[in-house]
Amino acid sequence: MAALKSAVVSYDDWPVRQFALAAVLWGVVGMTVGVLIAAQLAWPDLTANIPWLSYGRLRPLHTNAVIFAFGGCALFATSYHVAQRTGQTRLFAPALAKFTFWGWQAVIVAAAITLPMGYTQGKEYAELEWPIDLLITVVWVSYAIVFFGTIAKRQVRHIYVANWFFGSFILAVALLHVVNSAVMPVSLWKSYSAYAGVQDAMVQWWYGHNAVGFFLTAGFLGMMYYYIPKQAERPVYSYRLSIVHFWALIFTYMWAGPHHLHYTALPDWAQSVGMVFSLVLLAPSWGGMINGVMTLSGAWYKLRDDAILKFLIVALSFYGMATFEGPMMSIKTVNALSHYTDWTVGHVHAGALGWVGFITMGSLYYLIPRMFGRTTMFSVRAIEIHFWIATLGVVLYIAAMWIAGVMQGLMWRAVNPDGTLVYSFIEGVKATFPFYVVRLAGGLLYLSGMLLMAWNVVMTVRAGKVAVAQVPAVKHEAHVNPARGHEKIETNNGLMIVLILLVVAVGGLVEIVPLFFQRSTTEAVAGVKPYTALQLAGRDVYVREGCYNCHSQMIRALQSETLRYGHYSLAGEFVYDRPFQWGSKRTGPDLARVGGKYSDEWHRIHLTSPRDLVPESNMAAYPWLATNPVDPAGMPPRLTAMKRLGVPYTQAEVDGSSEAVQGKTELDALIAYLQVLGTQLK
Amino acid sequence: MDLNELRVLVTMASFVCFAGIAVWACWPGHRADFDAAAQLPFSDEEPVRE
Repeated sequence: MAALKSAVVSYDDWPVRQFALAAVLWGVVGMTVGVLIAAQLAWPDLTANIPWLSYGRLRPLHTNAVIFAFGGCALFATSYHVAQRTGQTRLFAPALAKFTFWGWQAVIVAAAITLPMGYTQGKEYAELEWPIDLLITVVWVSYAIVFFGTIAKRQVRHIYVANWFFGSFILAVALLHVVNSAVMPVSLWKSYSAYAGVQDAMVQWWYGHNAVGFFLTAGFLGMMYYYIPKQAERPVYSYRLSIVHFWALIFTYMWAGPHHLHYTALPDWAQSVGMVFSLVLLAPSWGGMINGVMTLSGAWYKLRDDAILKFLIVALSFYGMATFEGPMMSIKTVNALSHYTDWTVGHVHAGALGWVGFITMGSLYYLIPRMFGRTTMFSVRAIEIHFWIATLGVVLYIAAMWIAGVMQGLMWRAVNPDGTLVYSFIEGVKATFPFYVVRLAGGLLYLSGMLLMAWNVVMTVRAGKVAVAQVPAVKHEAHVNPARGHEKIETNNGLMIVLILLVVAVGGLVEIVPLFFQRSTTEAVAGVKPYTALQLAGRDVYVREGCYNCHSQMIRALQSETLRYGHYSLAGEFVYDRPFQWGSKRTGPDLARVGGKYSDEWHRIHLTSPRDLVPESNMAAYPWLATNPVDPAGMPPRLTAMKRLGVPYTQAEVDGSSEAVQGKTELDALIAYLQVLGTQLK
Repeated sequence: MDLNELRVLVTMASFVCFAGIAVWACWPGHRADFDAAAQLPFSDEEPVRE
């Protein structure tokens, strides 16, 4: 507690400024890609069959850009800002903080180049290939050092609650990223998951749900706990609620992942645990929402003419809606209807556009002018307009997706009195078309708001000048009693880190580890054999083109599914699948047992020009597959990598793999893969 | 020890831990500390009235 230094010290706001501006730029980019792919679902031939603009490659680019580039930069900016201001100290290791800025931008640019090229690990929100994953790890460790170092050198006793949320976000994301990104590299831009089938699915959705829970929730709650009090000029409603809400939230989130896998081949006990904890999650989520909203208690009039507060408070309304909807959708019977439909997409965007987007925009509107020596943005009126355009956009978007989703779910399960299905899959696609157009309109409105923000930010920067803010002299605190109970954690950086890690580790350990010892999930079902070299080459094409973005490979144990797709999927059918490709959305039909249903020639035409066979289809065309040869030299390393992971290939199969694909095109390989799917079950 | 017993123990321990945190947070004697902590965002300005 060095407080007696008389020299004037200023905050390290360089990284705060850079990250804040980068967030706005990447927001525009990520949302533009989102609008483009939304248009592709309505008009699939929009991008003239250019491979790197095809839906399956751009959808991961959209999700990565909005989550990790837009959201990530905003989290870096605000966490560096809040840690300094609430600790009344400069950043620890400012040079390392600069590295985190350039390192993170390098990650984003690498993602923007490699994803359209089809370099992907094939797991949602974790698509980036292993060299980029390594860079992310280095940047993230640096981030943790800067953040917790800054907390450690704070000049006040208490660690303000916003910092706990930022801290838990940094630690949990580190854990999730390292575990879920474990792969066996084949070459610089190709790898296979370290986990197979059911285990890979469980690890992925433990990661995926907590990317939501920690990246998109805990981090942004950190923003809430600082910027709402600042903008409202009132302390947070209940500090004690923030403590209870914090521990309950980070403990519970880690258990909720299996609700993405209801009625799948994941063992029932894991599904049930995931559902129960998802329901429990309502309590801490709403605790946080109430705490934020009630901060305005007694000052509601401020909402009337403060557009920044409107953003921040409406963000919490969407947070409340999404965190009510989430537990409801995790109930197995509701999930049976909602899963794989556009309802999921609507739910995600209620959270992403309404909560994450709005809380970020509100916080940046507070932060950016202050980084440039002003107290307000260039145009306050433009903030107000942005708010109304964006709100209208979100409402259009989520309403369209809700209706579309419920409609799809009902159509898929409708059964005639004689036990046959009422609708073919394509009838659902046709019925969804108008909702895709409404969704596109909502997305366009939301993007227009973001463009207005970008203009406002540019004008603010031009009208202001870089501000140097001084660290205030620290007042000596009257409170000198030794810390007791929970206060020890609130005032002890190291203890807080250890306890957060312990608390977030429990859920994953309990749900994931037993799966590696449950024989039904680790042993192949009778008849299931490893993929041949040509089938494996085809599977790699399937992953590269992002087919999993629109097609599931998981027939749930539900009557309407087995009627439509065949015998429900068994855990032992996926033991050679690295990565698993169960998918989470059926824009097109399930493919788990598509093998043998159509002729090779049908697939050849359908993949090259889908609307020649199915006029109402909105599938992307893949004409380049027919002309791309499979690289024979690339096959032995792939089989060798799989063999190292425990797939029982013989040395003869590895050696013969080049010859097996000689003269074959990627189309041949993909068809060979599709034709074996689901056919081996005896 | 049976796996289910372990599960029961972990659940009970987690709940007791949660109850402990909740009781601690609501303890009347801690109010002043929390009020002071809630003022931290404003420590670089004039104090804000509640």
